[in-house]
Amino acid sequence: MMKSAEPVLSVEGLSLSYDTPHGELLALRDVSLTIGRGEIVGLVGESGSGKSSLMQAILQLMPGAARVTSGRILFEGQDLVALGPDGMAELLGDRISVVFQDPMTALNPVLTIARQMIDIQHRRKESRAAKRQRAIEMLRRVRIPDVESKIDRYPHEFSGGMRQRIAIAMALMAEPALLVADEPTTALDATLEIATINLLRELQQEIGCAILFITHHLGVVAELCDRIDIMYAGELVESGPVGPVFADPRHPYTQLLFACDPAQIVETTRHLPAIGGGLPDLIDLPEGCVFAPRCPRADDVCRMQRPADHSAASSDLVRCHYPQAPRLEILP
Amino acid sequence: MSSPAEPLAKTRRKAPKSALARLVSDPLGLAGLVLIVLTVSAALLADFALWDPAKLNPVNRFMAPTGLHWLGTDNLGRDLFSRVVHGARIALAISIGATALSLIVGLVLGILAGFGPRWLDSVLLLVMDAMNSIPTVMLALLLITYTGPSLWAVVLVVVLVNGPGYARITRTHVLALRSADFIEAERAIGARFPRIVFFHVLPNILGPLLILAAMDIPIVIGIEAGLSFLGMGVRPPTPSWGTILFDGFSYIRDSVWMVVAGGLPIVVTALGFTFLGEALRDTFDPKLAKR
Amino acid sequence: MLAYVAKRVTLAIIVIFTVIAAMFVMMHAVPGDPVRSALGPRASEAMIEAYRIKLGFDLPIWEQLLRYYGAILRGDLGQDVISGTPVLRVILSQLPDTLMLIAGAMSVAVIPGIYLGVVAASRRGGAFDRVSSVLAVSVMAVPSFVIAIYLLLIFSISLGWFPAIGAGEGVAGKLQRLVLPSIALGLAWIGYLSRILRASMLEVMAENHVRTARAFGISRRKIMHDYVLRIAILPTITVLGMGIGQMISGAVFAEIVFGRPGVGKLVYDAIANRNYPIVTGTVLVTTTFFVLIGLIADLLIAFLDPRVRNVITR
Repeated sequence: MMKSAEPVLSVEGLSLSYDTPHGELLALRDVSLTIGRGEIVGLVGESGSGKSSLMQAILQLMPGAARVTSGRILFEGQDLVALGPDGMAELLGDRISVVFQDPMTALNPVLTIARQMIDIQHRRKESRAAKRQRAIEMLRRVRIPDVESKIDRYPHEFSGGMRQRIAIAMALMAEPALLVADEPTTALDATLEIATINLLRELQQEIGCAILFITHHLGVVAELCDRIDIMYAGELVESGPVGPVFADPRHPYTQLLFACDPAQIVETTRHLPAIGGGLPDLIDLPEGCVFAPRCPRADDVCRMQRPADHSAASSDLVRCHYPQAPRLEILP
Repeated sequence: MSSPAEPLAKTRRKAPKSALARLVSDPLGLAGLVLIVLTVSAALLADFALWDPAKLNPVNRFMAPTGLHWLGTDNLGRDLFSRVVHGARIALAISIGATALSLIVGLVLGILAGFGPRWLDSVLLLVMDAMNSIPTVMLALLLITYTGPSLWAVVLVVVLVNGPGYARITRTHVLALRSADFIEAERAIGARFPRIVFFHVLPNILGPLLILAAMDIPIVIGIEAGLSFLGMGVRPPTPSWGTILFDGFSYIRDSVWMVVAGGLPIVVTALGFTFLGEALRDTFDPKLAKR
Repeated sequence: MLAYVAKRVTLAIIVIFTVIAAMFVMMHAVPGDPVRSALGPRASEAMIEAYRIKLGFDLPIWEQLLRYYGAILRGDLGQDVISGTPVLRVILSQLPDTLMLIAGAMSVAVIPGIYLGVVAASRRGGAFDRVSSVLAVSVMAVPSFVIAIYLLLIFSISLGWFPAIGAGEGVAGKLQRLVLPSIALGLAWIGYLSRILRASMLEVMAENHVRTARAFGISRRKIMHDYVLRIAILPTITVLGMGIGQMISGAVFAEIVFGRPGVGKLVYDAIANRNYPIVTGTVLVTTTFFVLIGLIADLLIAFLDPRVRNVITR
């Protein structure tokens, strides 16, 4: 992978809360993350870990009750938090693109594929025919068969896998610097998942964009990504290059996660089979480490003090008081 | 998805305000309540009105409001205020009575359609479809052509117009229940039909049905007043807002007061019940809000 | 698509046949001679005899019903018992005025209704949304005949802005006399349309594809118009279809209050004159009209919504 010194995206100490009738819900707390040019970063975590909040913050597509309380999100040196909706609208679909999770609902059901792919080229001062031609070429690149006749069809006339490839084509048409992929393969079956991931990697190499790949599928991260970031209850608990982190995870949560199911985090249950308890209440947080209530190794320090971010041999960041401690003995 | 909703579930159960308090804290609900209390007390206290609503007084025809005749008098010199409050009694009695009857008819038909054999279900649906395909006023006029105008004709029209709606909702609910496991189980252990209806169907369906019925009351008041306006509902000399309005309409160039006296109570009650219905629905059943 | 059209048309026909049967049953359910109760007390003996023979009232009941259907299908709705004119001709002569009134009411309702619905949805929870929602509920609650009388009182009798009575002569005269009845009839539908549209806009705005459009930096205006309204308008068409049918009810009152000719006035006068064939004929014609409009609305949606269109085609 080619990399350069300046990252495409760097999230610095980001905290985000939701105003709820019951108090302030601290959805993200002091999250820092960088994505280098052309790098593929896997972001993993259970439901409620904050990975979707982080994605919404990066895209500035947050619900009305959400508020960034501190930190910056630098994209090519520009702070997205301070940018405002108009500035953000300039970037979206041009320098930053997204592929959303559910291909069945992500496309407008009453507009043809051609119409939608022409609409997203609204920044180009070209004729509709030229835009249409560009859309056709892009659909060919994602291997939609028989594009000329299919482009005037509606989304429901395509299969789920095809729709996801159309969504990828739409996202990459502007050759963005950063592609945010929000669980793009979760709704697909295993064979389609592999095909889609291969396609994504191929196009990424041609275009040279960076990808933030949000998933709960650890196998996909190992297969596709350069780096892995693991979130738990609104915090980034571990971050590092894929190989070393998988070989020697340092955070107890990561260790348990890998041990529970090396391929997949079960999205439907919020309770890891090997770890007792559930996610903490994000309105009324525990005093010390956020993972302490569930951590087999937690001591009084863990319960009283918030851990700082440390670095270890395998990981660039471990938010734990004991990053060098021997790995947990986990019984299968 | 890291939806913020999940951890909320725990804290959500804070001391719930009483239903009435919630209703009154909604300005719409409060306004509705005030208007309805106004109408209901008018109906209850009608007997204390200063004048007999039917007493003719040829000397005092077309009087503007005075200290003695608060809403003036009509073309026969009758006291309009007294007629309006007695009209409130008629309007409320008919609308509540007819709505209750529609509910019962709707429940029975819906349970029959839901639990009965398929052919019965189809026939009932078709008949209800046909009934709803006749424009309301046309259906009323057709019926009254045969029955002659009367208070009971109005009730019959209301049942025919509103009953099918309640029946449909009941039927949908019964069909959903019918296939539910616990009903199958009850049937297997020999639970009888009335038991299933009373313990499972009614408790589930009554709440939403009552809210819908409350929201239908202004429509029923409109039907009663409308038919009486056309001379096909409540017969004179019984005071009805519709007949007062029609008399006023006949003499609209002579006296504004008759039209005001006949129309205003219709507006007040219609708004009252509608506001209250909206507030009730928002308070108790947000799911219905999309209807 | 063709199969869907055929199915929907068949359903409409079955409903109309059921209505006719119900009217037949009603005629027989009334105590006394069904022929006399069908024609009313004003019919001459000769008319009653002719009707008795035509529908074969000495035949078995199901054969009578068949003959009844046969006559109606031939367009024979009986005779005006006073003038002897065929009922259908009398009704058709009055229908254009009523249709014009309904068209007027629709033009009052549609544009403000859509506008209010769209603006309320895009500023959900704001002051505009709340005020327009209360106003919408209010105009829906008040019966149209009360609104009609107050409009007549204020704008025609007190202010003298509009002529009070009749249908008027010439295009200008007709239009002038159409204004108040159209408002009386259409006002409630501003409320209905805006509420339905607001709800369905909000539903569509929460759909994932709208988020996709935003994620491509498409302008909010374009999203609202091309991506949201285009879908949200579909349920409104169904409501509009029902609305046109139900306006026949309101038209009865508007025509009486404003002294306009039309089927509403016709049926009102017919009841007063005990001219029963006119009453039953009008009920039948307006019901058919109601069912037809509903059918057209359904077919229109099937045509406009590619999802439905394609599902149906397969």
